[in-house]
Amino acid sequence: MGVNRHANPALRLFSVLVGSFLIAPILVVVPLSFTDKDSFEFPPRGWSLHYYERFFTDPAWREPLLASLKVAIMVTLMATIIGTLASFAITRSRRRGVAVLQGLLLAPMIVPNVIVALAIYTAFLRWGLVGTVEGLVLAHVVLALPFVVITVSAGLRTLDPRLERAAASLGASPLATFRLVTLPLIAPGVMSGAVFAFVTSFDEAVISLYLQSPHLRTLPVQMFTSVTSDVDPTIAAGSTVILVVTTALILLPDFLKRRAPQ
Amino acid sequence: MPISSTPIMSASAPERPVRRLLWLSARPWYGVLLVVPAVCLLATVFAYPVAALIWLSFADPSLGLENYHRLLTDGVSLLVLLRTLRMATIVTLVTLLLAYPYAYLMTLVGRRARSVMVALVLLPFWTSLMARTFAWIVLLQDNGPINDLLAMVGLGPLELAGTEAGVTIGMTQVLLPFMTLPLYGTLRTIDRRLLDAAIGLGARPLTAFRRVYLPLSMPGVVAGAMMVYILALGFYVTPAMLGSPSESMISQLMTVRITQLLDFGAGGALATVLFLLTLLLLALVSRFLSPSAALGMSTRGER
Repeated sequence: MGVNRHANPALRLFSVLVGSFLIAPILVVVPLSFTDKDSFEFPPRGWSLHYYERFFTDPAWREPLLASLKVAIMVTLMATIIGTLASFAITRSRRRGVAVLQGLLLAPMIVPNVIVALAIYTAFLRWGLVGTVEGLVLAHVVLALPFVVITVSAGLRTLDPRLERAAASLGASPLATFRLVTLPLIAPGVMSGAVFAFVTSFDEAVISLYLQSPHLRTLPVQMFTSVTSDVDPTIAAGSTVILVVTTALILLPDFLKRRAPQ
Repeated sequence: MPISSTPIMSASAPERPVRRLLWLSARPWYGVLLVVPAVCLLATVFAYPVAALIWLSFADPSLGLENYHRLLTDGVSLLVLLRTLRMATIVTLVTLLLAYPYAYLMTLVGRRARSVMVALVLLPFWTSLMARTFAWIVLLQDNGPINDLLAMVGLGPLELAGTEAGVTIGMTQVLLPFMTLPLYGTLRTIDRRLLDAAIGLGARPLTAFRRVYLPLSMPGVVAGAMMVYILALGFYVTPAMLGSPSESMISQLMTVRITQLLDFGAGGALATVLFLLTLLLLALVSRFLSPSAALGMSTRGER
């Protein structure tokens, strides 16, 4: 009906090009992971699963994968618990200091990553935390916290307070109200916060690079080292595995939400 | 005993829910204590380290502005800082030029096409940064797909890997979703009938776009541009993997100074300059937008 309702063909063509640019990396990484040659030749001429086997069996790749999983799971637990508690405090209180607290909780997202990473490295050097799992987990929790706070407080703000009051007036204790009413209602927000925390830690490269030691090397660090030192298509297999796993994780809360009402 | 306790029970029973109701509505002060673990963690592992690094830029090796004097005169820092600002500006402009028409088309197409377009933006958003940067190494290599494409249209092989051009292409792709999402968030709220009205009143389509649509889209442009610019200023992984050490960006120079030379004063001075630049940008933008919109948070709910 309007004059510009039908997008002109040039605009469509341009957008197709932009779309291709956006997914070009994925279109390269996935096929390359099935190559049978020891090179980054693209498109590959022959196919094999050799590099998948290597990714899961070669200690040079398997150990970083396990280290990353271990760190990411600990970060997810810590960040989700601490972040959910903090979200309650900032959404439920109307005191003046709350805005300052909120600013502090979101600050790690605003300060450039490389500054946070180098500052933490400098402090950890003095505290003897460089190269330790504990240090890496603490650093990753700092980066993951804002994502948990954003998703959980969004859930808390849309929560109807009358539901909690109803539970209390029916005789439920504060703890029972929390467990039986509040928590199930904010579960989707907590869940996506946890997913973001996991992905943040699992994909984090900068702090992990600075804090690495021969005994503590996460998957992104191994990928970085591999690319900067030799030509090894195992990184393509690893990238594809990560792509599939993170896509599944990110779609999980949506999927659960869709199934829940039935 | 049991008999005498009954009246007490019956007297206190109706009282308890009332107290619970009070607990919920009065929101006691100690609810705020739930934030204590987060604040302790952020104070020790975030605020203190950042403050200490800034302090070191004034105090290491001796108290004063020596590190800042060196920064201006060592012939490298200033060059790298200017290169970083230039590249962040180029990346921001290119992402804006690519994202604006794309986000505009998103507001025009039907629901199914739109969900494909959204997926195309979100998929790279959650693809591992390492994986994407690695893909650009493959794409940009001397005999890679991009040079094959260029050869097909008769353009000679370009040296892209390890150059500023290569870094710019890689960073543009990585940061494009951060421009597209806030932009789309704003564009879809614009009432298109305003354009029809302008044209109905005799404006040419281009004039209507420039005078009506473009000004209304500015909040999205500012939010996206600021997001991309700030992220680009502090980018480390992509320039380190796609670029060359001789054309390093400020994040790489900081890393060398601190982790290799252990020159915390000089590294801290660079960090302080980057930090102040970021704060300055945020302050500028918050004059146009609310802080949460400036961070692109309004778009996060859309997933």
